[in-house]
Amino acid sequence: MTAAVKEPSMLLQKEMIAGNYEAITSAPETGRKVSSTFVPGNLNELLMCFGIVNNLPEINAIQNGMRRLSGDYIMEAEKGGHSEDVCTYVKADIGMMGRGNIAPNGKPFPDPDVLLLSYTGCYTFMKWFELLRAEYKCPTLMLHVPYTGDGHVTPNMIDYVVKQLKEVIIPGLEEVSGVKFDIDRLREILALSAKAEDDLVWCLESGKHKPSPIDAYFGGVYYIGPIFTAFRGTQEAVDYYTALRREVQARLDAGQGPTTPDGSVLTDQKYRLVVEGPPNWTSFREFWQMFVDEGAVVVASSYTKVGGMYDLGFRHDPADPLRSLAEYCLGCYTNRNLPSRVDILAQYVEDYQADGLLVNSIKSCNSFSAGQLMIMREVERRTGKPGAFIETDLVDPRYFSPANVKNRLESYFQMIDQKRRGANKAA
Amino acid sequence: MDMPVSKAGAIARRCEAIVDDLSFQAARDWKAAEPGRKVVGFLPVYVPMELIHAAGCLPLGLFGGGDRIEVIHGDAYYQSYICRIPRSTIELGVTGRLDFVDGLLFPFVCDVIRNLSGMWKVMFPDVWTKFFDTPQNFDPEIGGAYYVNELRELRADLERLTGRDIPDAALRASIALYNENRRLVRAVYDARAAEPWKAPAADVYVVMRAGLMMPVEEHNALLADYLAALEIEDRPRKDNVRVAIFGSFCEQPPLALLKSIEMAGCYVVEDDYALVNRFITEDVATDGDPLEALSNAYLRHSVETSCKYVPNEADKGRFHVERVKETGAEGVIYAAPSFCDPALLDRPMICGRLSEAGIPNMSFKYAENSGQMQPIREQAGAFADSIKLWS
Ligand code: SF4
Ligand code: SF4
Repeated sequence: MTAAVKEPSMLLQKEMIAGNYEAITSAPETGRKVSSTFVPGNLNELLMCFGIVNNLPEINAIQNGMRRLSGDYIMEAEKGGHSEDVCTYVKADIGMMGRGNIAPNGKPFPDPDVLLLSYTGCYTFMKWFELLRAEYKCPTLMLHVPYTGDGHVTPNMIDYVVKQLKEVIIPGLEEVSGVKFDIDRLREILALSAKAEDDLVWCLESGKHKPSPIDAYFGGVYYIGPIFTAFRGTQEAVDYYTALRREVQARLDAGQGPTTPDGSVLTDQKYRLVVEGPPNWTSFREFWQMFVDEGAVVVASSYTKVGGMYDLGFRHDPADPLRSLAEYCLGCYTNRNLPSRVDILAQYVEDYQADGLLVNSIKSCNSFSAGQLMIMREVERRTGKPGAFIETDLVDPRYFSPANVKNRLESYFQMIDQKRRGANKAA
Repeated sequence: MDMPVSKAGAIARRCEAIVDDLSFQAARDWKAAEPGRKVVGFLPVYVPMELIHAAGCLPLGLFGGGDRIEVIHGDAYYQSYICRIPRSTIELGVTGRLDFVDGLLFPFVCDVIRNLSGMWKVMFPDVWTKFFDTPQNFDPEIGGAYYVNELRELRADLERLTGRDIPDAALRASIALYNENRRLVRAVYDARAAEPWKAPAADVYVVMRAGLMMPVEEHNALLADYLAALEIEDRPRKDNVRVAIFGSFCEQPPLALLKSIEMAGCYVVEDDYALVNRFITEDVATDGDPLEALSNAYLRHSVETSCKYVPNEADKGRFHVERVKETGAEGVIYAAPSFCDPALLDRPMICGRLSEAGIPNMSFKYAENSGQMQPIREQAGAFADSIKLWS
């Protein structure tokens, strides 16, 4: 297989993630404390206040998926008594532990000093860290973020999250790190977060142009890398998003589309899609290429919002740091109720002038998947644009069937063509 | 010739008819008996039924369609890898079987039921629908304060639904009635644990499930009758082993499955089927602020189950081990619905703790419409035999 061609920003974010793996695996020498925590609702800014390195198990699972190690890890976990029915991220993580817990840089992961259980929008998180806690026997700090079941954040929810931050999370992190909390430091960090968030939003919204200078799903997972992981709140992230913005602007100026894995530039965009759901990681390039081959570009996606819905206006706010962290956690995509998700997706289809909504339904993930068929139908009904549904998994290669996915995509594109012909006739 | 039906058996058959009735005629009749009455349904695992009762509404437990409904529409809403209960619940909704239900509560248990609350809002916009979250922080000042406010919100919602206030006194009276209910429920469970041959698992099950479909006053009377009937029940005692069932708190197994376990040589002496009426383990205070009282009961006196976080590692599975000891169970069958994240993610931890405590355990998966009982009978039979052999 030839190496994938990447945009400069993709290479840069790869370096950043590699740097974070170095920081994690060298913790035994540097003496830095290590936390494990989840991507949605992650409190990177807070961890930075205590000098704690941030290790994100989903990112490890993704890395292992892309490097085709996850299949074995999942089997290992299933052999150990974990059900074939549950989220494969959890099993990839547990299986990796069983195989020596080796990081992508080839060095062993140190045991975490703290599990920061930011429980945001996914039930599995709670059990995942109960399972890890049983292994590591380390302090576990639970931040319960209530679900916005009625479609809005209430003052009671904010108070509850802020109180937990003040009385559970911050004292807990002080104890683990031996560093005293400094709210002014947090303010400084949050100001940097907001800056990077501005540029990220600008980049994601460039998908509204025709041709789109970005792919907001496959390319999008690279673009969100720094901000969703250990870099939100750092100068590095600010610089990354400035560079990314320049890169996207240059393509816009040149009327160019995004670079694709085979090195071509997808400027002739026949189909514009909004995609709901996480991607498949084990066949990521192959999956992406299927879209490229058909001339399909993704102009907006929900997966790029799991770590924060900045495009809806949210910014981390140095003026009210803890409240802002609470609002951030409460507003992540999967913490929003289904009617809100329908609204968001239907709006994307309109605002990004898409041909329709494609759902990639993930076997592992009830948080995303339970209800997606209704979401698809409802978005179709509201926008009058056809939807399509494919099923894959995140990191379990057993659930990626290229032929099926390809077939589905092809018939979807035919459906869009038909719809266009119909519209032309009527006009 | 059929055995004459005992008094306990007759009560159970009456309850079974209620549970089996997917048109919910008993609840419909209750509603029709007086103008203005409202029915508020709820899904597993726990809601404070006291509040619904105090609002003058009938709390109606909805646990899917079991094996008695043909799911036609529901499957179009769910992928194959999602459990059965949401699809049969959708089926109940779209076929009009729940058209008399005025409000629906979707408690926190997992992301499937959580998301179903949003689907209901979209699909049935005229029904008052609420996702009911319970805290995962158990400090009265933090999780407790949040929960009291959530209960206040629920109370206000119910007041809007009925157009009537819910005074504290009414809520206290409802709490007292549910305390009575919990005491009677515990008494039935204790009686069964003492003499399981008198109270078949499937009978106790329907007696409990039917209680979630009728006014609590009626259920209290029924439970008292059932307890009295159990005392005079005369059934032969078999050489069965005593087992506890865990993992079955949400989607319910078909009755045939419960019967199969017993036929395989197991007496069920403890279970977490339709846990709602055993979720709170002690009386809720009837003095002071009733919302505080409900909150404290949840924080301090509720069972360990998969929809709750366990703050201390050492406590994980403790509840299960203790219940096994208290009920004298000789082994545990961990029976989880297929594709059930809560039960299946918890399984290695709970079963690990049981094994550490020297309690034999086995597990299998089921669905509410499981039809093939033979494999389960064989597994449960082999499990019973192994216990007999080694104990
Ligand atoms: S269930 Fe979904 S959101 Fe939760 S950990 Fe798995 S993939 Fe992530
Ligand atoms: S059976 Fe399990 S997965 Fe399904 S709704 Fe109930 S708790 Fe959730």
